[in-house]
Amino acid sequence: MSCPSRFAFVLAIAAALAEPACAQDFGRPARPDEINLWNIDVRPDGAGLPKGHGTVAQGRSLFEDNCLACHGEKGVGGIADRLSGGRGTLTSDHPLKTIGSFWPYATTLFDYVRRAMPYTAPGTLSDDDTYSLVAYLLSLNGVVPANATLDRASLLAIKMPNRDGFVPDEAFVNSRNYRQP
Amino acid sequence: MSIPSRSSLSRRRVLGGVTGVAGCIAVAEQAVASGLADVPPRVPGGPLGLTSPRSQYVHIGRVPESTPGKRPVDPSDAINSKTPLHNLLGTITPADQHYERSHAGVPNIDPTEHRLLVHGMAQRNLVLTMDDLHAMPSTSRIGFVECTGNGWENWKTASPDLTVQQTHGLISTNEWTGVPLSFLIDLVGVDPRSTWMLAEGGDGAAVARSIPLTDEIMAEAILAYGQNGEPLRPAHGFPLRLFMPGFEGNLNIKWLRRLKFGDRPFMTRWETARYTQLQANGKARQFQLRQEVNSVITAPSGTMKIRRGYNPVTGLAWSGHGRIIRVEVSTDGAKTWTDALINMPALPKAQTRFSTHWVWDGKPTKIVSRSTDEKGNVQPDRATFIQATGTNALFHYNAQQTWAIDDNGAVRNVLS
Repeated sequence: MSCPSRFAFVLAIAAALAEPACAQDFGRPARPDEINLWNIDVRPDGAGLPKGHGTVAQGRSLFEDNCLACHGEKGVGGIADRLSGGRGTLTSDHPLKTIGSFWPYATTLFDYVRRAMPYTAPGTLSDDDTYSLVAYLLSLNGVVPANATLDRASLLAIKMPNRDGFVPDEAFVNSRNYRQP
Repeated sequence: MSIPSRSSLSRRRVLGGVTGVAGCIAVAEQAVASGLADVPPRVPGGPLGLTSPRSQYVHIGRVPESTPGKRPVDPSDAINSKTPLHNLLGTITPADQHYERSHAGVPNIDPTEHRLLVHGMAQRNLVLTMDDLHAMPSTSRIGFVECTGNGWENWKTASPDLTVQQTHGLISTNEWTGVPLSFLIDLVGVDPRSTWMLAEGGDGAAVARSIPLTDEIMAEAILAYGQNGEPLRPAHGFPLRLFMPGFEGNLNIKWLRRLKFGDRPFMTRWETARYTQLQANGKARQFQLRQEVNSVITAPSGTMKIRRGYNPVTGLAWSGHGRIIRVEVSTDGAKTWTDALINMPALPKAQTRFSTHWVWDGKPTKIVSRSTDEKGNVQPDRATFIQATGTNALFHYNAQQTWAIDDNGAVRNVLS
């Protein structure tokens, strides 16, 4: 087992303790089941996207019960972010950045809804409910049809309208560091 | 303060004058003793306390804000709260005046129940308590944290009645103390092929950002539990946050509870739909993470009133690239420039105080500052900045700030 070594002061502390500061000195190993509990991120390549499925119709019902109060009917006109429309406005003086006009990945929508929504009870939506809500939100934006069912494979197959609308800064697009082989 | 003639000013008196004027602004109107005999007599003071509150004569506070152009904002509707730059002295922001931006309110976290999960592309997946983190080697660093949206009031129009708190109050400088990220990286044995790290908060929104593991970030990032000599305030991430010197505020994840190592960005909502900068051509800049070279004159500034004759000028400059090495001030609308004094030490990636003075002839004019950092970056004028960026980016505004002064000495916010 290797020990921390980068900082001189770390070495000094380790020497002072006459025992190296190794991993077993701090914390405990994380159990796989508890990692699964907290490992909620979903990447565009599908990593982290769970099993399950949901329909636009189920999503509409969930939306009306949990989301409409803040986001407005069909995701427009509420006190919180507008969720649909805005296509073709990104070069105008008043761009409308919504799921349909701006968000580059459907996986990010799944991730965000599941981690952060509904605002008053984040983390309470089941995976099936999340698929349903994502299906409904995408149908509001014309990305999937009104009778769509979404699951892992069909969500991953979606190309969002503004998928090619982002230009990553060169400084970070190929992040590298001295530790790399 | 009497107004000395320009010729009688020593440097010492200039600096004293700067402090005096800026200090006055925060102090309530008070009766002026006309003679020394009218000054109230000395009396025994109050008892010692466990904490020392501000003087009852000092009134400083943050202002809540929701979105550009919407004022005033009820605190319950606010998404952020701005630092009173015009009321502060020197460079360190009092912890309770540090600007605040949160995405799901401020959680009330019991540190004994807080856990940090470190996992992903690493030899060991660890669960750490706050006691574990306090037992690790620590470091301290003074640096700014700046909201990605600082300056966002002035993208399209300049409301003339804005103060510098409203135009630039989403930045603060504190001393942050905690565990170097590099220690954690070695502790868990991060896979050398890992190039990105997801940092996630324990707030309601579980705000999460992908952080590139560059050499600079690995050397400088801190898992901070201390702020200006005390444990973090809840609004600033108690019990644990990331401190990312020089990088946009949103990366400095508060209430930090998870670090996950990977080999590509995770593409969270905040780095796709939110903190990306729409350019004039409709494409959005993504992972524009560094805060650029910036400065603003804090006195005289918006809504203040100046007198004809001698006027001290002071302000703050900062850059996510490193140290501020030069600040120039123009009092004729950016036609001619004078070097301002920079207060030492000018720390890298920290707010730096500058000052100069000026004799105002009573004619309408405009005052501007521009800063230069040690990498040679010069703060752009607004026309150049907008030409390059457009007016829809919403975030990462660092154009020169112009304050217009009318023939009555009233100072107001203008675009240029």
